[in-house]
Amino acid sequence: MDAKFWLLQAFNGISYGALLFLLGSGLSLIFGVMRIVNLAHGSYFLLGSYVGLTVIWTTGSWLLAIPVAALAIAVLGLMMERVFLRAVGSDPLRQVLLTFGFALLFQQAALDIWGGNNLELSPPAVLMQSIVVAGLHLPVYRIFMLALAIAIGLALWLGLDRTRAGATVRATVDDAQMARGVGIDTSRVSMLIFGLGALLAGLGGVIGGAFLGVYPGLDFDILPLAFAVVIIGGMGSLGGAAIGAVVVGLIDNFGKVLFPQISYFTLYAPLVLLLAVRPTGLFGRE
Amino acid sequence: MRHRGRVLAALAVMLAVAVVTPHTTPFLLLLVTRILILAILAMSLDLLLGFTGIASLGHAAFLGLGAYLTAILAVRYNFGLGWDFGLVILFGSLLGAATAAVFGLFALRASGVYFLMITLALSQCVWGLAYRWDTLTGGDNGLNLPGRPVLGPIQLGDDTAYFYLVLAFFALSLLVLYVLVESPFGRSLVGIREHEVRMRILGYNTWLHKYIAFVISGAFGGLAGVLWAQVSGQVSPDNVTLTTSVDALLMVVLGGPGTLLGGVLGAAIVLFLREYLSTLVPWWQYVLGSVYVLTIVYLPDGVLGTLRRRRRRARAAPALGLALQPSRGKELKINEGGIE
Repeated sequence: MDAKFWLLQAFNGISYGALLFLLGSGLSLIFGVMRIVNLAHGSYFLLGSYVGLTVIWTTGSWLLAIPVAALAIAVLGLMMERVFLRAVGSDPLRQVLLTFGFALLFQQAALDIWGGNNLELSPPAVLMQSIVVAGLHLPVYRIFMLALAIAIGLALWLGLDRTRAGATVRATVDDAQMARGVGIDTSRVSMLIFGLGALLAGLGGVIGGAFLGVYPGLDFDILPLAFAVVIIGGMGSLGGAAIGAVVVGLIDNFGKVLFPQISYFTLYAPLVLLLAVRPTGLFGRE
Repeated sequence: MRHRGRVLAALAVMLAVAVVTPHTTPFLLLLVTRILILAILAMSLDLLLGFTGIASLGHAAFLGLGAYLTAILAVRYNFGLGWDFGLVILFGSLLGAATAAVFGLFALRASGVYFLMITLALSQCVWGLAYRWDTLTGGDNGLNLPGRPVLGPIQLGDDTAYFYLVLAFFALSLLVLYVLVESPFGRSLVGIREHEVRMRILGYNTWLHKYIAFVISGAFGGLAGVLWAQVSGQVSPDNVTLTTSVDALLMVVLGGPGTLLGGVLGAAIVLFLREYLSTLVPWWQYVLGSVYVLTIVYLPDGVLGTLRRRRRRARAAPALGLALQPSRGKELKINEGGIE
């Protein structure tokens, strides 16, 4: 195990974290604005992969698959939010059960439409190569994931921090009642944020499908990791989600390489400690 | 004794189940056995959710611990295949309690949504070990048990015999939990559910109450795990996933939180869908998903809770001349005292 090994594994962990950021940032925003624990978030990811596959099968274009899948999942999220989540109120237990019910419905629908096989979602050949940087063979696809996550993260940050719309979102996160008092339509903010979170998860599904494969059960495999990201970063914090994603990506990767037998334990046990000491995460506010 | 009618009805149903089930089909016999086992899990969760008002998203951890203990002892140490199965049951419950005693130290620092998150993370720790520590747990494949124990002349491999064993432990669990929730301790748990701050002001150590409830709940979860491992003949990381934990929550909420027996009803419905309907139609998960959604939208108090509220309203309305909606707080009697 020389420096090369550590660098390569760190790169793998961070690029995996990039994928987790796409998933976790949406979940975090949704919780921050709406206080909703969304167990269907992994389903958005999986459905994003599947819709992306269908677009690739019919048009042959991977580039087209990304926006189409992301928008389709955003619409799905918007409908779910409007019709059902609105009615469920603020009890986290009821949110958990309701969104889990949707996750089951989505899983069954995906099984009926796309079948139970393990499918491959291949990006263009250009991204499948690897390049040599400082003696390390780095897969281009992982570099692309990292770049995309950084770009999206920056766009989200600018949008939330520098625009008027972003200010209304932040106001809703901080104090929804007060935000309503000054005339912000918090209901619309909630709806849009839920759509945005679903969009990011659907986007992550297309990107991650090439990386993790597309199979029934991926939804519940990836969901706890998304929650890990949100827990570490603090619910509702974008910067927190970024740091949480990198931390989870690194712990997950190094855990699997260094002590495979207890690798998930080494991921979740620190989460427990963090939650016990600082329930709001590293950057969350309560 | 309060609720005399309810107790008699429960006994009658249990007696009927005990007599009728072995004469039905072998499939149904095993299904009812599984239902009774998961009913123990659901009732133990109800102690937390329905009576204490804390929702755990990681109750599968205790089921998994009991199940893996049973499987590991049987497969790796040939232990628990005879009368020593009694010890396995004891150890399984103790392991559940001990783990809950550790988990509780962390989990009870949080509340609300953070309690959900921390219990999820705790159960994911157990899942991670089950999934990855393959030299001990068999990893993704899990472990296959060598067959059910033989207790002298009684072959538990016979499904009828095993059914009666499970029924006995179910009845024992129900009895213990019923006595517990009817005791002053149980009433103070309800007090904590309704208004924790008020209970604290009254001088109750609410943390200790919740901690003890958590440990007891873990013990029954471990017991259910031991029985579950032997009914399935195998354990796998699936027993410890988020899905199992959420299923357990649904059982309680669907049946009626704070009713104990609601968990039995919930377990029956969920297992009927998962184990029976799934053999009939490929689209069974639409039904289960819909049950989740409809329960939350239309039956927030569960089946038994809704029935009970209707009956109480029917009784209260003529007397008061108005349809007062009795809140759950009406059951609260703080001045009955509690342990301190």
